[in-house]
Order: sequence, then structure tokens, then C-alpha cells
Amino acid sequence: MSDADTTPTDASDESFEPVDVFSGEPMDLRPGADDCYKCTTCDTSCPVAEVDDDFPGPKFQGPEQWRLKRKGDDDIDPSINACSNCMRCDNACPSSVPLSQMHNEARGAFVERQMEKLSTEYIRNRILANYHTSAWFASKLPRVANFAMNFGPARWAMEKTLGVTAEREFPAFAGQTFREWWAERGGAHVENPDKRVAYFHGCYSNYNTPEVAKALVHVYEHFGYEILVPPQKCSGTPMFANGMLTDARRHARTNVEELAAAIDDGADVIASCTSCSMALRQEYPELFDITDIETVAQNTYEGLEYLRINEDLRGAVEEGEVDMPDMAYHAPCHARNQGLDRQAVELFRDLDGVDVEDVGPSCSGISGTYGWKEEKYDKSMEIGEEMFEHMEAGAGEEGMTECPTCAMQMEHGTGYEITHPLEVLREALTGTSAS
Amino acid sequence: MAIREDVLVVGGGLAGMSAALSAAETGATVRLLSHKKSTLRHASGLVDCLGYSGDDGPFADPYAAMDDLPDDHPYRIVGESAVREGFDRFDSVVGDSYRGGHTDVNALIPTQAGTIKPTARYPASMAAGLASDTRSTLLVGFEGLSDFDAPLAADRLAAAGVPFDVRGVTLRFPKKFRADAKLTRYARALDRDEEPDKDRAPRFDGVRRALAELVRPKLDGAERVGFPSLIGDDRNDEVRDDLEERLGVPAFELAASPPSLPGVRLESRFLAALDEAGVRRTTGNPVVDYESADGAITTVYTDNNGQRVPYGADQVVLATGGLVGKGIGSSRESVREPVFDCHIPHPEDRYDWSATDAFGDQPFARFGVVPDDDLRPLDAAGETEFSNLRAAGSVLGGADFAAQKCGSGVSLATGHVAGERAGALI
Ligand SMILES: Cc1cc2nc3c(=O)[nH]c(=O)nc-3n(C[C@H](O)[C@H](O)[C@H](O)COP(=O)(O)OP(=O)(O)OC[C@H]3O[C@@H](n4cnc5c(N)ncnc54)[C@H](O)[C@@H]3O)c2cc1C
Ligand code: SF4
Ligand code: SF4
Repeated sequence: MSDADTTPTDASDESFEPVDVFSGEPMDLRPGADDCYKCTTCDTSCPVAEVDDDFPGPKFQGPEQWRLKRKGDDDIDPSINACSNCMRCDNACPSSVPLSQMHNEARGAFVERQMEKLSTEYIRNRILANYHTSAWFASKLPRVANFAMNFGPARWAMEKTLGVTAEREFPAFAGQTFREWWAERGGAHVENPDKRVAYFHGCYSNYNTPEVAKALVHVYEHFGYEILVPPQKCSGTPMFANGMLTDARRHARTNVEELAAAIDDGADVIASCTSCSMALRQEYPELFDITDIETVAQNTYEGLEYLRINEDLRGAVEEGEVDMPDMAYHAPCHARNQGLDRQAVELFRDLDGVDVEDVGPSCSGISGTYGWKEEKYDKSMEIGEEMFEHMEAGAGEEGMTECPTCAMQMEHGTGYEITHPLEVLREALTGTSAS
Repeated sequence: MAIREDVLVVGGGLAGMSAALSAAETGATVRLLSHKKSTLRHASGLVDCLGYSGDDGPFADPYAAMDDLPDDHPYRIVGESAVREGFDRFDSVVGDSYRGGHTDVNALIPTQAGTIKPTARYPASMAAGLASDTRSTLLVGFEGLSDFDAPLAADRLAAAGVPFDVRGVTLRFPKKFRADAKLTRYARALDRDEEPDKDRAPRFDGVRRALAELVRPKLDGAERVGFPSLIGDDRNDEVRDDLEERLGVPAFELAASPPSLPGVRLESRFLAALDEAGVRRTTGNPVVDYESADGAITTVYTDNNGQRVPYGADQVVLATGGLVGKGIGSSRESVREPVFDCHIPHPEDRYDWSATDAFGDQPFARFGVVPDDDLRPLDAAGETEFSNLRAAGSVLGGADFAAQKCGSGVSLATGHVAGERAGALI
């Protein structure tokens, strides 16, 4: 397969077949729903329920709606579309009810069966969910795209006709994608059959922030890893959140095939975006039934996490030094769910030359495509307000996070520049920064 | 290669957090591994020492009652001074956000259910509501907030013989929320002093002021006002001060049932203290397995969606909680401690696990690991399970937390001892 394999493909090549909770087949979530003892802890930790009085919250969306469905009534409550898929409810439930899985499946069923396919909302959501398609086109002429996407009249028209908020700046497209850079440098500079990783870079670090992907390459090669960059498509995160499970499944199939092949070649899978690693680890096996999907899930790690487990990362960082401004760190919700919300703060505590302060457990509020929707923009900013306040109250004048959309929101709300932990790590280990 | 620390604490409840703080104070490096958030989120925010024992109680002085506890009660194992040290640690973490530290005597706190709880420490927001105080009281509930019925709670308190007049009223909150709105929705509206609905409070531009104006005519001479535990969240003190100033009488929160904002606030204070002490934390994945050598645990493994992540340590503290925290598991055949498979004595016959009288002395309530004097779990033969493993909190047997009202005290005392000893051995 060629390097340009992130090309969009025809959307209608497959029928919808996620593991469907509402028909009870083939995976039955009944025990999960029965585990709910209605403590409402999930409701109190849902950032959307906190600002959106029309959203009934995760307990209703998950176990309660599931029980209603069992009683015959076939319609899914449209409020499911207000859930931003932050997955905080999963983490909060003391009884391990698979809430986000229920939400994802309900949303998929709603979009499939109840949503008008010619509606502006459907079209808008589909465009947002298929960010990789627009990004692919934009990357062909990045400068034109950067101008056009943020051109006032065009943005006004997008808001009026498509419901994409004009409040936000579209992220800039890089002049050279990560894959182009990788091809130009001739691929991996280290060969090592004993230490091999397959890098799932995802769309964003390919098209928008290749500096993050490059930092990962330099850090891993520093530790002597051979890096494979298999062909890959979108992880599916924005598609899950918009109920576009047919699209997500098509992409998942390619990703699973390619990553499973790399695992066969002795590699472990790593990702630099916490929503990508979350998708591969948790959402794929929850939602789809694809050969090798469990193998991929069980061999996928987040980029820093993998080094912490396999290398003396703390020792290496203690010896390093950087010259960087103090930073306010925000842990993305999807990092939280993988138990990774503290690792960056913890790691850089031992690094000279930078002070990293955790801004606390609030949600950034953008949740991928959620904050891009015209009707959600205000709520998204309201959810983010606490994070903005904490960032501004802290000593740091720049921000740090692993999630590209959280980074967008942090920048949008405070004007801070945002760094990925791998970029700091790169400077600490190799003494070099960008590019 | 494992992620290494001197001391590993498994479990992030009150016991685990206390253990981590005490271990860190010895200079050891400490990591706290926790599957879920602490059960403090489901607790009332009250911190009990000892309220009852058998048919005795409520106790005025919990310390005086400790000697009469059974020998296997965790308080008897660690001793009174350890209980005091555990509470000292608590006091230093919470500062003046909690009250009760000035005396050994239990305070009596009214709850949203209209009962009275004997407790050792209580949030500052509840201070004006003490049941031993004789000031006449108005309780205020809100339409649509089904967890709290103010007139009913007032009747129950009166029936319990409290030494003050108490009435309850139900008001319409000045801002309308959806029918099943969460507590946090009210708290947030007050925190941010949001705009009230015009049809409910036409003349005011902030809900705090509007609420005070609604309550004022109902006071009718009452000398203090009690609300459910939602008078602000992040800005709880500020909202309370504001209401008190406008009403001219002290305001307080009643202890709540889960999920409780006072419990959540307490959790954040402990997390901040852990950060300050340099404790590393990893939350979100359960510990599922371990390796040992020469009778000592060397590594524990968490499970992250199928991957096992190794954590190495010299000393380990087990603080995984009881049946609620999932530190003790039971099947139809047996009761077990699922992480290290420590021995938990229990009757062979399942029917002997519980007493037929639902309010009787329940054997299952006391199920837990049996520790030696050093809090190290013992196997069936009375030998230590692992030379470097100590247990703390509700995973220990011998106490009936719900009946004796001693849950938090046991967690604080045993957590402190386990953490301090583990740290001192480094
Ligand atoms: C509904 C409720 C109300 C209560 N009200 C009061 C009250 O008013 N006053 C009072 O004093 N006490 C009260 N308590 C009791 C008190 O909260 C507990 O006794 C005490 O906090 C127990 O603390 P702990 O640390 O031992 O366990 P827990 O708080 O249960 O914590 C156990 C921790 O271990 C973690 N864990 C479990 N298994 C694993 C694993 N395999 N790997 C990693 N982590 C694991 C859990 O996720 C959890 O974080 C109440 C308890 C409940 C449930
Ligand atoms: S995923 Fe997030 S937004 Fe959706 S219900 Fe759960 S907590 Fe709320
Ligand atoms: S947190 Fe879990 S058990 Fe509690 S209401 Fe939500 S789903 Fe049910």
C-alpha cells in the first residue's frame, strides 16, 4: 500500500453492523445495565449535564434507556446526541457499568434508524466526523486551505448553512504532513528486531501537528526503537461521538488489519493522541467484531506510558534539562480513562528547567467535534470555563496536554500556546526542539 | 522493567490516602494505585470515630468506649494513640474546612433523612446545625429535589427529641431546572450566582439574593436555617456567608446521602495533600495480580484493558476497602480478598454469613483480613501472608463500620499505622 493511504474512500461500501446493544445481539449488555444501583454518581460527573438542562445524563442514556428499550418501545431518545463521548461517566461508576459503550451504541442506532439523512445536522455531523477527509484535501494545498477555512464570509456561510460555529479558528494545516516527512527522511533510522513499535499517528498529528509525531520519532529512536509507520485511517473517535458507526467500522477494519500485521512482525502499537489509544484499546473491541481486534487492543499503549513501562524514563528525565516556560497541564478525559491523567505531571516533576502544574479535573469542554457545533459552542465554553480559570490562576503562561482538540480549546479560551508532553520529553532527552 | 517506588499503596479511599501520606512523610517514594475514585464520593462527608458498640451508644466520648471493643477490632490492634494520630493527620489535611478537632467528644449532626449521627469531624458547612445546639431551626427543601423532604425531616428530628424547635418548608428554587436535575446543578447555580427565572424571582438578578428573599418570610423567628448539601460547591463558604448575611441568621448544610458534595469536597482536599507530599497516583485500572519472592511481594500488576502494567515496590499497603469498595469479594461458596488472595475467615455454611434479623448483629459486616500487631494479614494457619504487606481500612475484619459508626476512624488510624511502618522500613 502506498504512503497516501489515508485517502478517503467511498462511504457506502458496507452496511451497518456494530455490536448492537438495543437488539441484544450479539453482545448482551444486560448484566451491565443490571449492575446499576442508581447511585447517580455518573450524573454528577457528567460535564454536559452540568450545563445542559435538556440533557438527562448518563444514567438515563445508559442503563435506564436500555431497560426501557427492553420493554418494546423502539425509539431512542434524541437527547443521546447531546452526549459528547467524554467517557467521564465510565470512570465515575463504582459498579463498572459500561456506560460509554451503551451511549455509543444507542447513538449509532439513533443515527442509523431515526436521523434524517438529508438533514443539515446529519450532513454537518458527517463532515465533522470525517475530519480526515477535509484534512486530506486541505493538506494538498495547505496555505490556500488555511486561508479559505478561516476566511470570514466563508465561516459565516458555514455557520448559517452547516451549523459549524464561526467562533473558532480552524487549526492550521502543516506545510508538510508527517507521512511526507517520514518518507522524505527515508523512514526509520534505527533497525532493531528486539525493540519495535508501530506508530499510530492519527489524522491530527499527520496533517496539523507533525511536530508532535516527529518528537515521538526522535524520543523512541533515542531509546533504540525501530519505528514502523503502517498505513492507517482515522481512529474513529469523532465518528463514535457522532453515531457514524458505519464509517468508523470501515476505518477500524483497515487499522486493525495493518496494526495486527505489525504486531505479527514483533511490534507493539503506540499512539501519541490519547483518544486514538482509547479507541484502539477500548472502543474497538466494545463496538466491533473484527478478526484480531482483541490482539490490537491488548498490544496498544500510549506513547509515554509505553516508555515508562519499558525504559528507565524517570532516570533519563532526571538527567536531562530543558529551558521552557512554566506550563499549565490539562489531562484529557480520554487519558483519565486509561489511568494516564497524572503521568506527564509526575514525570516532569523530576525535570530541571520546566515547572508543570496540573490544572485539576475539569473537562476542557470541546470534546472533539462537540464544541464545533454551532448549537453546542456556548455550552462547550461554559464547561471549559473552570479549566480556563485554573490555567489563568496558575503560574504557567503556556499549556500542555496530549489531546489535540483539548489543545485547541485551551488555546481558544486563554490564548496560551500548547505543547505536547512528547515535545518536552524530546528536548529533555536529545536537547533539540521542533523539526 | 517495572515502574518502581519504595512503597505502593493499593486502593485510593481514606485508608489508602492516609497510608500514602504517612509513608511519604518518612521520606519514602510512594505511589497510590486505585481502580476507582474513593468511596468518599458516596459517603456523607462526616468522619466518624466510634458511635455505637453492640447495644451501647451513642457514645459521647468515643475514646472512653474503645477499651470495651472486642479484641479483634482494628482500634484494639493499633491502640488509642494511633487513632489520635490518624485524626491529627486528618485535621492537618483539611485545615479549618472541618470542625470537631478541638474536642474528644462526638458531635451530633442532623441528616437529610431527619436522623442524628454521632461523628468526630464534620464539614464547617454543617457546624451551625449541631443537634446539641438549642437554637430554633428552619429546614428548607426544594420542589423537585426528591432526595430531601424538609417538613418530614423536621418531624423526624422533633420525634427524635432534639432540644430545639424545628420546622420544615418546601420552596420553589428561584431558577427552574429539569424535573430530575442533579444536586450539582443547584450548587453550580449558587456558586456562579446565576440569573434567576423572572417568573420565580422577578426582582433579583442573582439566585443567592433571590433565594434569601424567598427564605426570609418563612423564618418566623427561627434562629438558624438548614439546607440540603448543595449550598455551593467550589464556593461553598462564599455562598453560605452570602446567605447568612442576607438572612441575618446562621445557615448550615444537612448531612446527605450519596452522591454527596461534602464527600467530593473532602476527596479533593486529600488529593491536594497527596500532590503536595509528592505522592504519585495512578487511577483508573485495577490491580489484578502480583509476583512474590521469598515470601515478599515484588511487583503488582494493573490491568489496563487487557495489558498488564507492572509496578515494583519494597513495601505494599492493601487498602482496597470492604464489600462496597470491592476489596472483599464474595461468591456463593466463599469470601475472598481478590488481589493477594489473603485469608478471610468465614463460616463454611453460607446461611451463617448473615443473621436472620436484618438489624441484628451481622457476621458478614465483620468479614475481612485478620492482621497481626503490625497489620500484616495472616493466613489460615496464623502465619503472615507476606513479610512486606500491610492492610488498612475496611478490608480489615473485626469492625462493623455501618453499625458502630467507625468507618472513617478505622481507615485513618490503620492507614496511618500501615503507611508509617511501611515507610520506616525503607
Ligand atoms: C454509602 C456510604 C456511606 C458512608 N457514610 C459514612 C459516614 O457518614 N461516616 C463515616 O465515617 N464513614 C462512612 N462510610 C464509610 C467510610 O466511607 C469507609 O468506611 C471508609 O472510607 C473506607 O475507606 P477505605 O479506604 O478502607 O475503602 P474505600 O473507600 O472503599 O476505598 C477502596 C479503594 O480501593 C480501590 N480498589 C478496590 N479494589 C482495587 C484493586 N483491585 N486495585 C486497585 N484499587 C482497588 C477502590 O477503587 C477504592 O478507591 C460510608 C460508606 C459508604 C459506602
Ligand atoms: S460520555 Fe461524557 S457527556 Fe456523555 S454521558 Fe458520559 S459523562 Fe456525559
Ligand atoms: S454511577 Fe453506575 S451504578 Fe451509579 S447510577 Fe451511574 S451507572 Fe448506575
